[in-house]
Amino acid sequence: MGNAYIKGFIENRIYTGKLKKICFPGLNCYSCPGALGSCPIGSFQAVALDIRYKFSFYIAGFLLLIGVTLGRLICGWVCPFGFIQDLLYKIPGIKIKIHKVFNYFKYVVLILFVIILPVFLVDEFGTGAPYFCKLICPAGTLEAGLPLGLINPDLREGLGLLFKWKVAVLVLVIVLSILSKRPFCRVICPLGAIYSLFNRISFYQMSVDIGKCTKCGICTQNCPVDHAVYEKPNSKECIRCGGCKSKCPNKAVESGFKSYKTNKIPEKKAEDTNF
Amino acid sequence: MLKGTRVFLVAMSIIFIALGIFQGEVQQVFVKATLVCLECIGIG
Repeated sequence: MGNAYIKGFIENRIYTGKLKKICFPGLNCYSCPGALGSCPIGSFQAVALDIRYKFSFYIAGFLLLIGVTLGRLICGWVCPFGFIQDLLYKIPGIKIKIHKVFNYFKYVVLILFVIILPVFLVDEFGTGAPYFCKLICPAGTLEAGLPLGLINPDLREGLGLLFKWKVAVLVLVIVLSILSKRPFCRVICPLGAIYSLFNRISFYQMSVDIGKCTKCGICTQNCPVDHAVYEKPNSKECIRCGGCKSKCPNKAVESGFKSYKTNKIPEKKAEDTNF
Repeated sequence: MLKGTRVFLVAMSIIFIALGIFQGEVQQVFVKATLVCLECIGIG
């Protein structure tokens, strides 16, 4: 809701005001009629594509600032696409777990499709493309491609093979989101990959009181990314939604901007303590 | 140590943002964000 421009849907056009100079910290599409801010991943590629820059200090600085302050708190509380996946998972039916090894794939997506390909895979004129947005991003298809295609006949005529590919990716992500918890966030999202690198050092920290924790596993059952918070409270995979905190029967999970001391600094301890 | 790392990263992020603004990257973001991104919607 922090990035909601309802008027855009009513007037059938995207927002073009000054707020678009600033990024919204969650994954979104700046071509969504309902977006007030820009997408950091799209903006990073857009600047890198310009021959004058090749690298965006503005967006890198923004992501660094958000990351070191909050870590993946954005994924758990702000990201609209994460929220959509949470809703889809509520649809009853067969559920599957994602193996941890797939979590590393999002770093491949980040390095390859966001950083390397837009700069180095260029045409004869030296022009690249925002390959993550173009080939993968299901948020762009859902939030911009489909609504704009529906309401704008001129754009609808231009939708071809690439659009079909993007719809196929979106359908796959939707199906996987019904079957498993937040598959896009865990396996694909390059923005989550960036923020995840800061979870251990960010000002905002998670903590488990090892004196109170009984390792009952209720936290893991309620975690949208199947993470055992008592094993590694500030793991790269934790999206800091606070689900574990509210569900813990012993109130052993804490989070905030304070420094945790004595038995509440289990980051290293918990890894060593064979829980 | 951790506090020092955080302060260093915050300082670096501010320097990066300032450098980006100074180089005119904000305008580039604005131009891209205020036009319909054809790649994003599956045309480009």
